[in-house]
Amino acid sequence: MHPIKAALAASLIVAAHTATAQAEVQIQWWHAMAGANGDRIVKIANDFNASQSDYKVIPTFKGTYADTMNAGIAAFRAGSAPDILQVFEVGTATMMAAKGAIKPVYQLMQDAGEPFDAKAYLPAITGYYSTSKGEMLSFPFNSSTVVMWVNNDALKKAGIDKIPATWPDVFAAGKKLRAAGNEKCGFSSGWITWVNIENFNAWHNLPLSTKANGLDGFDTELVFNKNAPLVKHFENLVEAQKDKVFDYSGRTSEGEGRFTSGECALFLTSSAFYGDVKANAKFDYTAAPMPYYPDVAGAPQNSIIGGASLWVMGGKSAEEYKGIAKFLTYLSKPEVQAWWSQQTGYLPITPAAYELSKQQGFFDKVPAAEVAIKEITNKAPTENSRGLRLGGLAQIRNVWAEEIELALTGKKTAQAALDAAVERGNVMLRQFERTVK
Amino acid sequence: MEKRTVFSHKLLPYALLAPQLLVTIVFFYWPAGQAVYQSFLIQDAFGISTEFVWFENYRSLFSDPAYYSALGVTALFSTVVTVLSLSFALILAVEADKSLKGAGIYKTLLIWPYAVAPAVAGVLWLFMFQPSLGVFGKMLNAAGFNWNPYLNSGDAFALVTAAAVWKQISYNFLFFLAGLQSIPKSLIEAAAIDGAGPTRRFWSIVFPMLSPTAFYLLTVNIVYVFFDTFGIIHTVTRGGPAGATTTLVYKVFSDGQAGGDLGTSAAESVILMLIVIGLTALQFRFIERKVTY
Repeated sequence: MHPIKAALAASLIVAAHTATAQAEVQIQWWHAMAGANGDRIVKIANDFNASQSDYKVIPTFKGTYADTMNAGIAAFRAGSAPDILQVFEVGTATMMAAKGAIKPVYQLMQDAGEPFDAKAYLPAITGYYSTSKGEMLSFPFNSSTVVMWVNNDALKKAGIDKIPATWPDVFAAGKKLRAAGNEKCGFSSGWITWVNIENFNAWHNLPLSTKANGLDGFDTELVFNKNAPLVKHFENLVEAQKDKVFDYSGRTSEGEGRFTSGECALFLTSSAFYGDVKANAKFDYTAAPMPYYPDVAGAPQNSIIGGASLWVMGGKSAEEYKGIAKFLTYLSKPEVQAWWSQQTGYLPITPAAYELSKQQGFFDKVPAAEVAIKEITNKAPTENSRGLRLGGLAQIRNVWAEEIELALTGKKTAQAALDAAVERGNVMLRQFERTVK
Repeated sequence: MEKRTVFSHKLLPYALLAPQLLVTIVFFYWPAGQAVYQSFLIQDAFGISTEFVWFENYRSLFSDPAYYSALGVTALFSTVVTVLSLSFALILAVEADKSLKGAGIYKTLLIWPYAVAPAVAGVLWLFMFQPSLGVFGKMLNAAGFNWNPYLNSGDAFALVTAAAVWKQISYNFLFFLAGLQSIPKSLIEAAAIDGAGPTRRFWSIVFPMLSPTAFYLLTVNIVYVFFDTFGIIHTVTRGGPAGATTTLVYKVFSDGQAGGDLGTSAAESVILMLIVIGLTALQFRFIERKVTY
């Protein structure tokens, strides 16, 4: 064939394809769910696509949470952002500050004329992703919270007949576990800062930073080094690290295998660890609420979430927004929500979905899943427990973790480490504040 | 007198250089220029608000203790990795150069790790030395060492160094072996006849004759440690614990990627670029003089 003819033919074929594609509006959804959860995302998209013929949601896996967020940002800078971007909770401040780059969900629903009631969602979850006036900025897709995973067999062997409910009990249990031959670890924790700083403060109704932990403004300042119970808690952890009553397991989830392998009998980490535990733990396990210090008035308060939400990107056509709005409505349906949360261990985002799961008897089969939802709804959220909105929290967490590592290895006292964590974090917050003015 | 062919065409040399120049401009000068420009800006991650601040990013860097710590880690890391990988490679090359049974097999096996990507090398070593899952990690703990690279900075540094050295030995070995084989046997034999023992022969003949190779390798190794070890660090320690394995290039990544702080990240990469240019220039200026070609 003549080359020019070939090119013409090729362009005709392409044109024909775009013509058929234009019949339905395509919605690009970039996400960070690998493995089984990635397959579930595809199923959700396929089910939505099959339920109507005007819009087509196309999910694309973009790597880890950080990779996905960076891919979204880079695509935005290059003028080709996706329609929906899944962003982890620590990226919330960065996303909401990017005016013009995003379209707040409440506005999207309004503009698209889609029926939407922010009150139909669990406030403990949506609070993290809403303005102080309660306007939902991003759609809470997959949320979890901190629970304590318990190896019942190991506890029994160590002569601990009750699951420890308070921190003093946990430290005592850790000692007993060590004495009973658990050589490497009494208890441990994944996500060292999310568990021991962010959730610790919320659970004890203590402020992490001013301005309602940043929800009321980017001029927030970290203050948690002045929380006596938190300082005490870290002093206890440092002391316990010396003889491995507590043993550090890294900054994120890399140490979680120590629970499933039986090395650590008590392990504080995400409730979404459930899938892993179910697949790999060869012992009798359960999940218990986070421990608390009983001498702190008002504790336990309520825990805060982790996980990710869906951000709608700015600058799209009205058609696309209509499709996205329909898709978010579809995601909120009780049966979709109940299915997603039962499959993954993430929290249902609406009371209706929670009720449906209850009726289906899910929580009788998996009591661990209910522990999480009871924690986040334990009490009405206060200024200290609604959520966090700190710019550059992903990097700030690394700085906090560095300081904690220094304290645990005896290079700094707990107080000095927390002071430095606050000071270094504040420098980063000021830097962020400057870029969003 | 050297024979020279003279082309009268004035444009030809430029035309011949053009492809190479084009590649250098597109893949080096352009991005480097962008990095320099970016380092003068304070910008949000999305690039929506931009403020031109001249050298403020540099100033704040040089007032940040974490940056000095990364400088120190990089200096120590590059020294240790370069010295260890060059010495091991030299010993192995000298041994493999002898007439041994199955020398070919040794040589092939020694070259293998070179084919392993840094990130994969990192995962391999972590797999062996992870404190609760790794075979050697478990052994160390059972033997009474408190081995935990997630918490102890020394352990983490040792693990990353071991992986980086292991990976680089092959490359150095290959060049040393080639260098050894190009030394005229007659020189060594003559020395042997004059009564020089193996040690004397090595230091007086072999080592000086290897110096061009060693010099080349020194430069390549430093560049390797500065940049290519990123994959190892990222898979093994992610720069932790407490910044003990955060090298300059890792800090460029973590400030830019995790922090979304492109101005600081760009300033760091500009400084890094200057350091490497400076080091390479120094090496050519001073060390090369002492090299026997």
